Amino acid sequence: MAFAAFSTTTAPSTDPVARRRSPVALFLLLPGILYLVLFFLTPLVSLLLTSFQAPREFGDIGQYDYAFRWQNYVEVVTTYWPHIVRSFSYALAATFFALLISYPLAYFIGVKARKWPLLQSLMLVLVIAPFFISFLLRTLAWKQLFSDESFVVQSLKALSLLGPEAHVTGTAFSVIFGLTYNFIPFMTLPLYTTLERLDVRYLEAGNDLYASPFQVFRKVTIPLSMPGIVAGTLLTFIPAAGDYINASRDFLGGTGTQMMGNVIEANFLVLQNYPSAAALSIILMTVILVIVSIYVKRSGTEELL
Amino acid sequence: MKLSLGKWLLPVYSGLALLFLMIPIGYTFVYSFNDSLKSNITWRGFTFDKWLNVCNVQNGAVCQAFGNSLFIGAVATVVATTLGTMIAIAIVRYRFKFRSQTSLLLFLPMATPEVVLGAGLAAQFLSLGVPKDMLTIILAHTMFCISFVVVTVKARVASLDPALEEAGRDLYGSAMQVFARITFPLLLPGILAAALLSFALSFDDFIITNFNSGAVTTFPKYIYISAARGIPAEANVLASAVFIIALVVVVTVQVSGAAKARRLARLS
Repeated sequence: MAFAAFSTTTAPSTDPVARRRSPVALFLLLPGILYLVLFFLTPLVSLLLTSFQAPREFGDIGQYDYAFRWQNYVEVVTTYWPHIVRSFSYALAATFFALLISYPLAYFIGVKARKWPLLQSLMLVLVIAPFFISFLLRTLAWKQLFSDESFVVQSLKALSLLGPEAHVTGTAFSVIFGLTYNFIPFMTLPLYTTLERLDVRYLEAGNDLYASPFQVFRKVTIPLSMPGIVAGTLLTFIPAAGDYINASRDFLGGTGTQMMGNVIEANFLVLQNYPSAAALSIILMTVILVIVSIYVKRSGTEELL
Repeated sequence: MKLSLGKWLLPVYSGLALLFLMIPIGYTFVYSFNDSLKSNITWRGFTFDKWLNVCNVQNGAVCQAFGNSLFIGAVATVVATTLGTMIAIAIVRYRFKFRSQTSLLLFLPMATPEVVLGAGLAAQFLSLGVPKDMLTIILAHTMFCISFVVVTVKARVASLDPALEEAGRDLYGSAMQVFARITFPLLLPGILAAALLSFALSFDDFIITNFNSGAVTTFPKYIYISAARGIPAEANVLASAVFIIALVVVVTVQVSGAAKARRLARLS
């Protein structure tokens, strides 16, 4: 699965027989690499160029010329700083909650359920089951379950846990809830992959040395499952920071919960303000790359990349 | 011994967590039987109508979008799986210059938020004056699928014993014969897994599609557009059908995989 990208089981490239230079390698690599250069790398360059464009003099809406208008960046940051802050804080919160929810689940499937392979594979199928149904429909289902007329909200109001005028959808809570829900499988799978290979004898050794269960967990289990934690948090944080479905007004968000993705979409597809959308995209990507590289370096799991 | 409460806590929690994951799926499935009018929000009674007449609503707009998604997914999967498999073989089997740069180029699309990928491609198509249609969606989907194919197939290539191909060459098999008769069949499970993953990624993609689709509607885009005014129950029907098919495929693969493992264990 996709999660292999972040797992540590990358092939050892030490097979001396199979490793040779050959024109065949070029033939195999060239089409795919060329494709990525054309449709991944150059688009990033054109995004960068677009982000410095200036409006055409006497031009229509959506007409821009190449320039070096760095003020675009100042403008988007001053206009959209709440969205920038929201993107990263919502993503951080969702990552935290997803880790909290997923770790015990992954631990059960990967360690405790080893004795029952059938149960193990059934539970794994259930973890990836949400992928089989449209992401948008799942999010809409939550919207409907949290709507003002819904059973959940009515009961909360009857119990006075929620004020009579309060809403659940359109709040920061529902956006973070949606992000957490949608990325739980992305968190659980890499955690499962490392926990599944966890040697329980290390835990027994910890117990034998009179460590409390909590100490064993903190000093043995957590460090040994670090690659899974890093992979899972990245697989959650990166897409969550760029997401705009959950925060969209038609889904779980409201006017006060818009994230960077919503602004990029609106500027690009509705307002035709391409330079602002591009500048925000470049900011989003740069911040994420900086966070990812620091995080990966500090957690000592560089071989993941 | 610990208290039985402690022993049961984790399994019960895990069951509840999985149940939580299933809630929106169950909701979508149940509401595919709702005798709804235009929007599918309040329960108006049970009916099989929507399942039997999926394409009748809005002149078949849902089915049109669904068909587009199937077509785009199929083409993008074939192209991405071919290109990605070739790269995976090269990476494991050959030495070449710019190795680390190649790995970085393959990793970056997976670490880039979709909104950036989508906006970047759209900016490029805009500056080149390429009109957005089915082709631009396919080009975009192929791009983000390649990296996922490479990581999936790479693991399979690495686990392949080079001695098998060596044997083929010793028996005077030509390079083409060795590939067709030995390498390819052995890689097939990995390639199929990669193709399934590509198709799933493409089929459910909304963000990148939204930036590069112009007037073409895919299934997720249809849902997004109709979200404001209410989604017809037919969308739930199609999504539920896809869910059931995918579940059957995965369970079959799991069960047959387990059976194969048992057979192999008996043999050795």
